[in-house]
Amino acid sequence: MSQAVTQVTETAVPERAASTLLEIRGLEKRFPLSGDFLDQLRFERGKLVRRQDYVHAINGVDIDVRRGEALCVVGESGCGKSTVARMVMGLLSPSRGEIHYDGQRIDNLSPRQLLPFRRRMQMIFQNPYASLNPRMTIQQTLEEPLRFHHPDWSRERIRQQVTEVMGSVGIDPDWGKRFGHEFSGGQRQRIAIARALVVDPEFIVADEPISALDVSIQAQVLNLMMDAQRERHLTYLFITHDLAVVEHFGTRVVVMYLGRVCEIAETRQLFAAPQHPYTQALLSAIPRLEDDRPDHIRLSGEVPTPVNLPSGCVFHGRCPHANERCRQEIPELIASSGGTRVACHAVEEGRITA
Amino acid sequence: MALLEVTNLDVRFALRQGEVRALRDISFSLDRGERLGIVGESGAGKSVAAFTILNLIAKPGYIAGGSIRFDGQELTTLKPKALQKIRGNKISMIFQDPMMTLNPVLSIGEQMVECLKAHRRISTRDARNIALNKLRQVYIPSPEKRLDQYPHELSGGMRQRIIIAIALLLDPDIIIADEPTTALDVTIQAEIMTLLLELCEKHNVALVLITHDLGVVSQVTQRTLVMYAGRVIEQGPTREIINDAQHPYTQGLINALPQMATPGQRLNQIPGAMPSLANTPPGCAFHPRCSFSMDDEGNPRRDCRGLVPGFVTSGNCHVACHMVRDLVERDPHDSGPSKASQGVS
Repeated sequence: MSQAVTQVTETAVPERAASTLLEIRGLEKRFPLSGDFLDQLRFERGKLVRRQDYVHAINGVDIDVRRGEALCVVGESGCGKSTVARMVMGLLSPSRGEIHYDGQRIDNLSPRQLLPFRRRMQMIFQNPYASLNPRMTIQQTLEEPLRFHHPDWSRERIRQQVTEVMGSVGIDPDWGKRFGHEFSGGQRQRIAIARALVVDPEFIVADEPISALDVSIQAQVLNLMMDAQRERHLTYLFITHDLAVVEHFGTRVVVMYLGRVCEIAETRQLFAAPQHPYTQALLSAIPRLEDDRPDHIRLSGEVPTPVNLPSGCVFHGRCPHANERCRQEIPELIASSGGTRVACHAVEEGRITA
Repeated sequence: MALLEVTNLDVRFALRQGEVRALRDISFSLDRGERLGIVGESGAGKSVAAFTILNLIAKPGYIAGGSIRFDGQELTTLKPKALQKIRGNKISMIFQDPMMTLNPVLSIGEQMVECLKAHRRISTRDARNIALNKLRQVYIPSPEKRLDQYPHELSGGMRQRIIIAIALLLDPDIIIADEPTTALDVTIQAEIMTLLLELCEKHNVALVLITHDLGVVSQVTQRTLVMYAGRVIEQGPTREIINDAQHPYTQGLINALPQMATPGQRLNQIPGAMPSLANTPPGCAFHPRCSFSMDDEGNPRRDCRGLVPGFVTSGNCHVACHMVRDLVERDPHDSGPSKASQGVS
């Protein structure tokens, strides 16, 4: 165990020195489940007790995002991937743990102190039908972030910047006078991307940006995001459940399960040789065009609720390789072959091979 | 004779702004035990096509023409009462959102018994036994307990299993599944699809699977229809469509998938978006987005703009495309001689 921990810190330190833009350390988030004080009171065995239940959404997550990469976070619904994204953006505050951006801790800053970081990091949301203000024209939508972050800019300069960004994401200048509802999903997502790019950020958090779109439109939006990355040297934190997209888009992949990280690897490495049993099951479940029949690793049971977390490894209840140690002891992320880091006792002990 | 035969189906929605033609000239057939996939983007009309089979389209929608024959019986003109006997009984449906399909105020057992009693003269005890048996078939753990539980007590995957059990309750001939796994996670999706496939094969049930996921279609179905803007543009054996699509739209759809491009490189996107059904372009509805709507000399093909393409046979597939027609006509050996089957208009 102790050896494992030192291994992690050894690999983490040079990374940080090299080019880490965002550093997440020991992040935890719980959401209270049982309403206010009176709701928490229970009558148990003749006594009045106060009990609070929590949803343990994130339970100790360490992630580094390197400058210039597209880090994809994958996992099934409820694994906490969107919560991580929201905490990075400061939309939720962590219950425990730290978030460092470019060497400075940002999770404890006041909104005013956070302002300069807000300009450097932007977010694209899943549902472009909900993320655009229905009462603003596209021009207003795109100008708003500039007015906010650059109060000293002249109207002319703002308009110029908006026109330039509209051109670069393929928005017709005529769209400016129209409202969000007049556009299709793909067009709206284009507008949402333009809104994120207009303040010239260096880091973009994209929470399932293409899940609500059709296949042919997905390709257009993904291309747009990749072009923007190349032209503007962007760093992405890309949240998705679509592994085919990850394989194409991601530099590195983080696989999450029930609020913990199972595996972090280079994309190619992860798809060639997944190590964590959950990653293996997840990859085998992608419907491939070449397949005639579904042939996937069957997991027993379902994802447990994050209210009462299982002891030990969160995956042990569904894992075909689980043993007594897995039920007791929480696995740490350990450097494994190919630069991958895996949190699995079975991989560590060599009980399963990739 | 095919189990289900849809010919020249025409469905319209009479809206205040004018009539919207949701389905134009749809023809296909389904044999007993066959699994057919209907793919297309949202708004292509694939769900309307499925709903129309059971006459589930609500006003202002109506069937403007064509016929749907199930087991020799014409469904479009059937009285509601007679249709009731087929709907849910011979042809059952699985919808996208399992939470919307199950009644939240009835226990699972009550819903299943209700369904059985609506179609058969049967005692509650027998009905419960049949229900229990079906729950076992879809691998629901401790089924006796589930019968008395309510939908909100179950997870999404479990609910979709129960819906499959309900769909199988009356031993139907056809199951129509409208995006049955879109609301579910990847690993659960794989499980549900395997289950559906297994049950259809075991009980020789025909399946109409509506989806936008080409991967799922490729794994589960034998034949595929591709729809675009209310029309079928290509149909044929799934394998051939996936490996060797003829229609430029189908090709574009498959090539746009991330796995078809080199990682890190741009994806092969189709420019533009599907037109709304209210104003589909004249001629081939796909021509404004199609890279083949120019001929070899670089002139726009007049046919694509003015003429709705008819079906031509290429291999085992039927394709509605002027470009493919020209190719087939130029090289007649390319096409199967008389493969044109009932499905083609």
